[in-house]
Amino acid sequence: MTKKVAIIASKGTLDNAYPPFLLASTAAALGFEVKIFFTFYGLTLLTKDPDLKISPLGNPAMPMPVPIPSIVQIIPGLEWFATWMMKRKLKQKGVASWQELRDICVESEVELIACQMTVDLFDYNSEDFIDGISPGGAATFLEFASEADITLYI
Amino acid sequence: MSNFDVELDASGLNCPLPVLKARKALSSMSPGQRLLLIATDKGAEKDIPAFSNITGNPLIETSEKDGKLHFLIEKGEG
Repeated sequence: MTKKVAIIASKGTLDNAYPPFLLASTAAALGFEVKIFFTFYGLTLLTKDPDLKISPLGNPAMPMPVPIPSIVQIIPGLEWFATWMMKRKLKQKGVASWQELRDICVESEVELIACQMTVDLFDYNSEDFIDGISPGGAATFLEFASEADITLYI
Repeated sequence: MSNFDVELDASGLNCPLPVLKARKALSSMSPGQRLLLIATDKGAEKDIPAFSNITGNPLIETSEKDGKLHFLIEKGEG
């Protein structure tokens, strides 16, 4: 019996792009059937070429070269700097880009489901998204999740 | 290390790339053929046996050479 993995991706920052695509591509490599349900800010991860960012604001665990107090983190450019630093580190350490992992998901037939309610809410058009995604709602996800061996909310 | 048919050097690549690349390499091989996978990712020490166990591609041999992990994986029947 093929194992099934059901994932909800609800966040759209650079760091949060990794868990759904990384786990889904690996699960597909293990021969599991995988579906990811993208909702709210997670929908960004399905758009063609989003410039994902990471914010040190409200993220006290983020390693920084020097400690930066929260009040200073609102300075323009700090988010850009944190994002640049993270991307550089990912490259240095031989970590795949999140787009690479997304491509592998598409190639390995991971089903990417866009939550129709939030697509409408944020006024997305179908041409905003990469090819091969399917629309769906809560019941679509729950039907699959009810038979899944692994269910994750990210 | 025993004989192998295909060599895959995943040195410098981090999780989950060694597993994903192993999967890709094995998919173009025939049952009984052997893949030599070289990795420097410390996580691979546990990830490759897990991958091999779940996908039914037996892990024949594991060794460490020049600070790199060497895995000999046989393509299964599945």
